[in-house]
Amino acid sequence: MSAPLEVDKVTMRFGGLKALSEFTLTMQPGELVGLIGPNGAGKTTAFNAITGVYVPTEGEVKVAGARVNDEKPHQICARGVARTFQNIRLFKQLTALDNVRIACHAGAESGFFDALFLTGHHRSEEARILARAEEYLEVMGLSHRRDEVSRNLPYGEQRRLEIARALATGPKVLCLDEPAAGMNAAEKTDLMRLVRAIRDRFGLAVLLIEHDMRVAMGVSERMMVLDHGVTIAEGKPEAIRKNPKVIEAYLGDAYLEEKHIAVPQQQENSK
Amino acid sequence: MARALAVLRSFLPFIVGIPILYVIQVFLGSYSPALALIAVTLFVNVVLAVSLNVVNGFTGQFSLGHAGFMAVGAYTAAKITLAFSGLTIPVLGHALTQQAVFAVALSASMFTAAIAGFLVGMPSLRLRGDYLAIVTLGFGEIIRSVIENMKFLGQATGLSGLPARTNLVWVGISAVATVVMARRLAVSTQGRALFAIREDEVAAEAMGVDTTGYKVRAFVISAAYAGLAGALISHAIQLCTPRMFTFIRSIEVVVMVVLGGLGSITGSVVAACTITIALEALREFQAYRMVVYALLLIILMLTRPQGLFGTRELWDLPIFRKLMRKPAVAGGEGASPTEVRDDSTSTGGAA
Amino acid sequence: MTEFLQHFVNGLSVGTIYALIALGYTMVYGVLKLINFAHGDVYMVGAFAGYYLGAMSENGEPTLFRAVLVTLGSMIFCGLLGYTIERFAYRPLRHRARLTALITAIGVSFLLEYSFQLKPWFHHPFEFPPGPSPRFFPALIDFGGESPSIEFLDVTIPKIDLLGFGVAIALMLLLQFIVYRTRFGTAMRAVSFDSQVAGLMGIPVNRIISLTFMLGSALAAAAGIINASSRPKIDPLFGLISGLKAFVAAVLGGIGSVPGAMVGGLVLGLTEEFVAGYTDSSYRDAIAFTVLILVLLVRPTGIFGRVTAEKV
Repeated sequence: MSAPLEVDKVTMRFGGLKALSEFTLTMQPGELVGLIGPNGAGKTTAFNAITGVYVPTEGEVKVAGARVNDEKPHQICARGVARTFQNIRLFKQLTALDNVRIACHAGAESGFFDALFLTGHHRSEEARILARAEEYLEVMGLSHRRDEVSRNLPYGEQRRLEIARALATGPKVLCLDEPAAGMNAAEKTDLMRLVRAIRDRFGLAVLLIEHDMRVAMGVSERMMVLDHGVTIAEGKPEAIRKNPKVIEAYLGDAYLEEKHIAVPQQQENSK
Repeated sequence: MARALAVLRSFLPFIVGIPILYVIQVFLGSYSPALALIAVTLFVNVVLAVSLNVVNGFTGQFSLGHAGFMAVGAYTAAKITLAFSGLTIPVLGHALTQQAVFAVALSASMFTAAIAGFLVGMPSLRLRGDYLAIVTLGFGEIIRSVIENMKFLGQATGLSGLPARTNLVWVGISAVATVVMARRLAVSTQGRALFAIREDEVAAEAMGVDTTGYKVRAFVISAAYAGLAGALISHAIQLCTPRMFTFIRSIEVVVMVVLGGLGSITGSVVAACTITIALEALREFQAYRMVVYALLLIILMLTRPQGLFGTRELWDLPIFRKLMRKPAVAGGEGASPTEVRDDSTSTGGAA
Repeated sequence: MTEFLQHFVNGLSVGTIYALIALGYTMVYGVLKLINFAHGDVYMVGAFAGYYLGAMSENGEPTLFRAVLVTLGSMIFCGLLGYTIERFAYRPLRHRARLTALITAIGVSFLLEYSFQLKPWFHHPFEFPPGPSPRFFPALIDFGGESPSIEFLDVTIPKIDLLGFGVAIALMLLLQFIVYRTRFGTAMRAVSFDSQVAGLMGIPVNRIISLTFMLGSALAAAAGIINASSRPKIDPLFGLISGLKAFVAAVLGGIGSVPGAMVGGLVLGLTEEFVAGYTDSSYRDAIAFTVLILVLLVRPTGIFGRVTAEKV
């Protein structure tokens, strides 16, 4: 059985700018991987390359063994990769329920004809979708917001709704882009618990971009650190925490000197 | 048995409505043909506005080429009715045969208009916003230009002497069919996908919606009904010329949809009726009519751009929700996207 | 060969008109991201303004001085018209959905067309509104009865066309200078890149936008007069189709790009002339739209356009 997601030396170039260099990642089923790095490191670019928003300039993306470089986002989604967005991208004027229901559609078989003529097939599918959507809302604790227009939801709930929506596509890999952004400490703790619960309940792999170290290290079983598009470190959270290259990327070499930590040998091409 | 009754109930409006419309038509036709024509125009405008709303309102795409599809439908139907105007099937008699011919012509008009919609939509719907507007406008004008140059279609003078087949029954059925189509779409998975595309195309795509495919499908459906409208109107005035289908016509339909509220079927219906009646009422002012129309358009955009109804529908009002409450089993006709499942659950957000 | 040259000359003549109008579209789109549907009608108003000014100064013979006065007068008038339209119809909608402004633009376009088609309210000193029937634009310059055209390589070039072409080129060069060599031009380009940041940098965004409108409208007026001098029949609806074609020219050149509008206008004019000249000329109007569709399908950003990707 091939890994749900294999990213092999993906490079993204925009004109002269190399936003991502030879990004490589293989995710196993049920794994929790964290992707961190300073702003502009290329984390969201990696997401976009994986989910089909960008076509990789070099390298390969494989979902469940199939090469998806040239596929459109909706096709990649159907293969089992779902994502959330850094700036929440809910369907603002639609209700929470509808937001989730649309994602359920990803596997829907009935077409326009069925919808217009209200065939039995369509009706039973509508019922199934409704049931599924309500289940996901419940998992994320949003059942009470079912009929609320999503733009009226409080910020934290909007983030949760986005996750519910991504879950509803039935993914094998869930990519979360800074899900804890804008949350307070209590909400963040809840979120960490939630991510693990989702992984346990649905058996999917989670790839997480986060800025908050506590959340990232608390959730991830394995981490990758990007800086200027280059992967500068990989490994378990404890190792990453102490890695001088990572510290330098975030805090600068002045900090390293102050703390008397040896400045690591750098390959200059990354700067 | 319950199912049979349900089906019967859904056809009830037609069973009751058709004879009523027929009687009104006969009455109006003899009393005041002008009024009959206004009524026909009103229903045709409803078909136009609601069908355009599917693309501009539901899917949030800006199409300015509706008139082109009207033309395709109109000419298709005209060619058929003119070709078979003498036909009589012995068992039916002449009048009934001609009605059947008209039915065929109308179906054909929807079919050819749908094909035109596909051909125009496929390449165009990759474009966004303003660009799409201009491309659709361009295609509409190209269609018109082609028609103007084809002898087979009567060139600039068009086709005249079309049999006067359109009456309140036909336009009534068409209008209802259009509204039903739009509504069923709106409460279905497919319709929700269209709304998603309108709200955030990137997110919709990421959630598995084939945005281009859906946009094209919405476009095709919308074009088909525009073709139907074109066929109906040309058989009401018994004439079919390219000048009837300029981009000004497209803009007039866009105005109706925007006035009613993009995305609101109720709005489109109300706006279509309002504008038809208003334009008729102002007819005595002749040229000033259009000046007033233009001024109203500007003022409307400045003061209430979301139109009369925004995205709300008549059937979202609480009374209608109660009326349409259905048993908690499989969803069916009358299901509103945010429908309440039983009395005890309240709608809307809790404190 | 003669035919080719004749078409070439005609194409340039028509093309410069499109270019002048296209400049207005492109500049406004650049700063406001709005397709000003009413622009073609400003062009029409410009021609009529010239008509009325010409009629009012009837007492003298056509002289260069009078021609200049009429042209400048029309340009100023349309500049003010452009200012008024922007100030009252577009500015309030600056922060609303683009569709709203587009519809308003359509409304303004209709307003201009239909009010000009009303029967005259008064007849002295001149008839206004002009009403739907075409009017004849007065000759502003008389080249003398013997040789209104020059012959060059067997090609007939009316002198008025030559003059019009010259004026158009001069205006385009002037605009080029303004946009790339003056502070106003820099400010205008800054606003077209990012109006919010431009404002934060101290650029008076509203004023720049207004001036841009006025400039575009003045150019349209000049185009109206130049065109009406060669093709003197004018009526309230003649701006529509020219406006649309000029828009195509702007898109062809890359909407938002000033050199693009100039090049696009000339290319479109030449294409139209050649295709209509060598094939069935009844498809003339459709040519512009075909070009439009081809451009949008093959290279939507146009010849000089910039590709701006949306950040996800």
